Amino acid sequence: MTFNRRTFIGTAAVGTAALSAPLLATAQGKPRVVVVGGGAGGATAARYIAKDSEGAIDVTLIEPSRAYYTCFFSNLYIGGFEEMSSLGHTYGKLASEYGINVVHDWAVDVDRDAKTVALAGGGSVPYDRLILSPGIDFVDGSVAGWDQSSQDVMPHAYKGGTQAELLKAQVMAMPEGGTFAMVAPPNPYRCPPGPYERISMVAHLLKEVNPTAKIIVADPKEKFSKMALFQEGWNDHYAGMIDWIGSDFGGGNVEVRPDTMEVVIDGEATKVDAANVIPAMKAGLIVERAGLTEGNWAPVVPATMQSRMDENIHILGDASSQGDMPKSGYSANSQAKVAAMAVRGALTDSRVFPAKFSNTCWSLIDTNDGVKVGATYEATDEKIAKVDGFISETGESDELRKATYEESLGWYAGITSDMFG
Amino acid sequence: MTRTARSSLALAVIFAAGALCADEIGDAENGAVLFGYCSGCHEVGADAESGIGPHLNGIFGRAAGSIDGFYYSDGLNRMGADGLIWDLRTLDAYIENPRALVSGTRMSFDGWDNAQERADVLAYLRLYSDNPADLPEAEPTARPSEVELPPEVLAIQGDVAYGEYLASDCKTCHQQDGSDAGIPSITRWPVDDFVVAMHAYKRKLRPHPVMQMQAGRLSDEEIAALAAYFKDLD
Ligand SMILES: Cc1cc2nc3c(=O)[nH]c(=O)nc-3n(C[C@H](O)[C@H](O)[C@H](O)COP(=O)(O)OP(=O)(O)OC[C@H]3O[C@@H](n4cnc5c(N)ncnc54)[C@H](O)[C@@H]3O)c2cc1C
Ligand code: HEC
Ligand code: HEC
Repeated sequence: MTFNRRTFIGTAAVGTAALSAPLLATAQGKPRVVVVGGGAGGATAARYIAKDSEGAIDVTLIEPSRAYYTCFFSNLYIGGFEEMSSLGHTYGKLASEYGINVVHDWAVDVDRDAKTVALAGGGSVPYDRLILSPGIDFVDGSVAGWDQSSQDVMPHAYKGGTQAELLKAQVMAMPEGGTFAMVAPPNPYRCPPGPYERISMVAHLLKEVNPTAKIIVADPKEKFSKMALFQEGWNDHYAGMIDWIGSDFGGGNVEVRPDTMEVVIDGEATKVDAANVIPAMKAGLIVERAGLTEGNWAPVVPATMQSRMDENIHILGDASSQGDMPKSGYSANSQAKVAAMAVRGALTDSRVFPAKFSNTCWSLIDTNDGVKVGATYEATDEKIAKVDGFISETGESDELRKATYEESLGWYAGITSDMFG
Repeated sequence: MTRTARSSLALAVIFAAGALCADEIGDAENGAVLFGYCSGCHEVGADAESGIGPHLNGIFGRAAGSIDGFYYSDGLNRMGADGLIWDLRTLDAYIENPRALVSGTRMSFDGWDNAQERADVLAYLRLYSDNPADLPEAEPTARPSEVELPPEVLAIQGDVAYGEYLASDCKTCHQQDGSDAGIPSITRWPVDDFVVAMHAYKRKLRPHPVMQMQAGRLSDEEIAALAAYFKDLD
């Protein structure tokens, strides 16, 4: 079967009401950009290209879910600071206001010679430039005893939506004085402070509903992001509740037994009541399918986020290996804007400016106790390199911590409207 | 005085800083007379109480917005929470143009462009700061003499297209539609106010670390471009 634009529209339109409107706008001969993954990187890139090219580029976004549940703030949901419903975002505006063809399907393969993306539902989509921002997948066998099929018993809660709900339900169901265990991931992984913000939020919840409960963290690392800040906060707010076992104490030597709800740390088995297993991570599968990975991640050219292996493909966010930026929603959003500019420059001769990136990650330790870490970055030939940075300090005033938390609420509103319009 | 006229005063100071400003310790006696311009709203000295404005005893070395029971503006509270400490440098900037340092301050006072008068009134207020260690004699001259910008740089016409690209980095936090929950709105500001605020972060007069970092990497052209872009955004 050969794939052209008409067959693609035919197939996709069956499942996608959103397609009918932009159909009219699809003129012949316009350059085509296809974006795979409607998350922090992909939704932003699609929106910026469509918005700034003012109809000169035909943009298709391929994303299986109808609603994107942000991982960011999912820990706050667990702590009881956010409702799950307020973390869900739909693609309606991207289709209606920006004229993006939103196709709800999985991309299953990329034919780099023919420049087409194959869809799970059949058919394929041709591109002039392809943007891949599929986020992460887990490395099989990285935690002994755990595989994808264990996620209903020992959730990772490291992809948005239902996994976080499951984890919270399990915490709520713990018996009085019970034990919660986390298996933390090895570097590099998405959202470096994420597991520790999660511990804080689980502790916050338990302090309210089950104050004699215990938390064990088995960590394959010796130290972690914002460690001094988290440890200070854990001492201040959750004294005696959290036992963090770093790699020096065998935290990296772990096996889990989902059948019996046991976690074995350095040879010692503990029966637990809830377990959060966050395995090692790698680029979302489609990047591997496209043959663009080196090891677990996809190397990119810093100034444009183009794959080092295929100049027609840009890889954003968690899936890319780019240098100094942490894998975060903020980073993915920042990289998306640089890539959007580069793509427009290549396809429509619009002006191209020097790439500037930045990142800030806020974490909530307890009510009104927010901390943050951030940096700015520039593109060198070799990598995205850090220019300048800052981190909250220990011992800051309550007002500053509260202001920092309030800022994070502003950021959430800002980034989600930057992604979805 | 119009908003724009006021901020051009600030431009003069922030940019020509080091010229006179607070480099020299002023004349406290003359300051006592000049304090007459403040005393409608502020008291200082024994038994001073807050009125329209907070009392100014011990102002040197004190965190902005820290008098208990005084109802400060959100802007001043935010600066206090961010870590703005009143010293010769920050007080001088505030009195010169209150809004340039603290957007949205409630102090309805246009500011003084005469550096000598500011130095004098500050020398007077210093007499009422309990802890002289807050202000060692050598400190005032330690004010960094900031890079003086030639007038042609000040007159830069912002490149709106470049501003739009640069602004994409700001919109992760500052909302496009101008809402200001948790993070202030920066749309539709007069260009001069915007430029002043950005330079105040860049020179670390304003305390916020995120904004110091964001502004710190921007050139004068880039700040002008951003100001030009955000001015017309709705
Ligand atoms: C608990 C937790 C807390 C976090 N907190 C923060 C925070 O406070 N701040 C922050 O900046 N970041 C945070 N993050 C990190 C952030 O969520 C990710 O770094 C960010 O989402 C990465 O963006 P992305 O575009 O690479 O991938 P994602 O946002 O994960 O988007 C990938 C999208 O691609 C889709 N997809 C995948 N494969 C395919 C395919 N084959 N075909 C079509 N679609 C596909 C997926 O459905 C998904 O919608 C947190 C993460 C977690 C887990
Ligand atoms: C019209 C009334 C008014 C005048 C005149 C006035 N101020 Fe103020 N001042 C205020 C108010 C109101 C505030 C609180 C501002 C806020 O909350 O944003 C304030 C705040 C201040 C602060 C910050 C105090 C703190 O606790 O952080 C200083 C310093 C200050 N003024 C100095 C002066 C000086 C010096 C003068 C004269 C040169 C002056 N003010 C003139 C009303 C005035
Ligand atoms: C990481 C989030 C973040 C980013 C990115 C960011 N800002 Fe800010 N900005 C803030 C916060 C928080 C404040 C309030 C700071 C304070 O209290 O001084 C602020 C304050 C400001 C102010 C002063 C507002 C006022 O009311 O006084 C201006 C102007 C401003 N930012 C401009 C920008 C520009 C231009 C950019 C992009 C180059 C940018 N900001 C990027 C978070 C951000």
